[in-house]
Amino acid sequence: MYNYSDFDEAFVRTRAAQFRAQVERRLDGSLTEDEFRPLRLMNGVYLQLHAYMLRVAIPYGTLRADQMRQLAHIAETYDKGYGHFTTRQNIQFNWPKLTDIPDIIDALADVQMHAIQTSGNTIRNVTTDAFAGAAADEVADPRPVAELIRQWSTDHAEFQFLPRKFKIAITGSAEDRAVIRAHDVGLELVKRGDEIGFKVLVGGGLGRTPMLAPVIREFLPKADLLPYLEAIVSTYNLMGRRDNKYKARIKITVFENGLDTFRAAVEEEFARIRPAFSGVDQDVLAGIEAQFAPPAFKNTPVEFYEKSLEVDPLFKTWAKQNLAAHKVENHAIVTVSIKEHGATPGDASADQMRLLADLADRYGYGELRISHEQNVVLPHVAKADLPAIHAELLRAGLATANVGLISDIIACPGMDYCALATARAIPVAQEIATHFKALGLEEEIGGIKIKISGCINACGHHHVGHIGILGLDRAGVENYQITLGGDAGPLAAIGERAGPGFAYDEVVPAIERILRAYLAIRADREETFIETFRRLGPAPFKEALYSEARDAA
Amino acid sequence: MSVIVRDDGFHAEDWAGAVVELAPDTDAGELAVLTAGAELVRVAFPAFSDGRGFTLGRRLRALGFTGRLRAAGHVIADQYAMARRSGFDEVEISDELAARQPEAQWKARADWQAHEYRARLRG
Repeated sequence: MYNYSDFDEAFVRTRAAQFRAQVERRLDGSLTEDEFRPLRLMNGVYLQLHAYMLRVAIPYGTLRADQMRQLAHIAETYDKGYGHFTTRQNIQFNWPKLTDIPDIIDALADVQMHAIQTSGNTIRNVTTDAFAGAAADEVADPRPVAELIRQWSTDHAEFQFLPRKFKIAITGSAEDRAVIRAHDVGLELVKRGDEIGFKVLVGGGLGRTPMLAPVIREFLPKADLLPYLEAIVSTYNLMGRRDNKYKARIKITVFENGLDTFRAAVEEEFARIRPAFSGVDQDVLAGIEAQFAPPAFKNTPVEFYEKSLEVDPLFKTWAKQNLAAHKVENHAIVTVSIKEHGATPGDASADQMRLLADLADRYGYGELRISHEQNVVLPHVAKADLPAIHAELLRAGLATANVGLISDIIACPGMDYCALATARAIPVAQEIATHFKALGLEEEIGGIKIKISGCINACGHHHVGHIGILGLDRAGVENYQITLGGDAGPLAAIGERAGPGFAYDEVVPAIERILRAYLAIRADREETFIETFRRLGPAPFKEALYSEARDAA
Repeated sequence: MSVIVRDDGFHAEDWAGAVVELAPDTDAGELAVLTAGAELVRVAFPAFSDGRGFTLGRRLRALGFTGRLRAAGHVIADQYAMARRSGFDEVEISDELAARQPEAQWKARADWQAHEYRARLRG
């Protein structure tokens, strides 16, 4: 895991002092509200519906146990005792006082954390696969590169006032658990012969104009990454639209100018600036890579784990749903669901954070991850320790065996917190989760991704949900559109709208009609919802959704 | 009237020669032609939230421009380090802004060479 250098330490301390002064200068009138706004945003401070909100960066979703404990401390001291993990692997505190925020920033710096560039029209926290460094299927651990990008982009003088926000995601696996196709820049670590480099995608994004990113470079040598990124962002800074906020993202720049024109401008700038990079960044990268060396994995046998699978059905169900293959045979990747049926997706209490930190210390080499699906991951756990972990999670109410199932929903905060939202999202997620559990259909339905956004900005990623739900406002009444067939993985797809929307209390019955149709027409139990959709298309699901209304009419 | 800000604080205008003016939407491909032989290039910042000028400044330097480079308009003290790191020598601001954000707030960022990740990574 990465530990701050003296340079990092001095940087965050200086930056914390600057922000404290900026708050004071806002209060004494040196800064107008207009001028203060981007400064607070680039330090993670939003003004929300009820209060200020502070979004703390969890770089590439990686967290040490002591850092998780500090988040618990902040939640208790400055907030209402909980935090909200986001789809970009960050954590939000929804109730801090503006005048407390400089103290919170200091408390973060005490454990090598910050809230820099979690907001604003700048390069945001780089996200990656929550299983990075542990997954059996990766080409290389993407976190050292993510850390390099974090350093390069932090306070980058040229890129603090871009046309719009800019999000980079990187994956080390072709399985793409980081949704790189829906990012402004997506990077995939790939091999050409023995050489490791990047496939570079540009111009993806969700929001009101969803687009999947096309490939701008099939293979970029590793040492060319920073100048190439600099060329992309610099080209976007000049070429991106500033006349209309909704057309300001790079996806529109690439779309309107055409990929070839955009690529030509990038390659020209890249050729010009490449010689200015001396290669010292590769030395820095090598130093970072050394810090991400895997822990000394325990050599414990797996017999006890296998025996437990045989005798403990509860453990077996949890293991089936919440474990993923680790690159070391006698270890596993544990996803702790913080989405108990009926809970708010992404919310975690201070007590839960502390328990997870303790489990990480005792069984997980002190490491934690936040997944973009808003769960907490223990990336390295010896199989021999799994029964003990499961028992402790059970006692704490954290053993929900629903990872990848219908109740493992991504939902934005919606109208319960967000100033932009046009409809509720959290209660819809809660009702779907409890409804299908009550019907006893959750396991029968199997793997499915439902994603819910409470407005057109699509923070709940509904476009890439197998079933997407978008809450809108129709003349003061909530109305929910349903999209079908989206996907966030390697077969990424934007879901298509099924038809007219549904009222708030019609949403859950509509989802049930879709899923009962799926259960009736799937080829066999092994065929998942999205596979059935790909085989048969939307027609049978639209029929299930709307035929009843037609019959009644 | 306006105030010129440099690392050592506020100054009155002290340039009487020719000035090449660049708007934020200047075509990057024309930069070399537009600034050939210029001694002072003045890049306009119509709004502090418009960051195009930073890229124009940095690109001018990458093209080999060695004359005096000035960021002019709505640049706030918090952006002084960004302007210097992007290749600007100085910032030109209005008297109103200079009164609201006095010299000390600008000199607080005269240490713009400290704590810069990008410079460290470029070498």
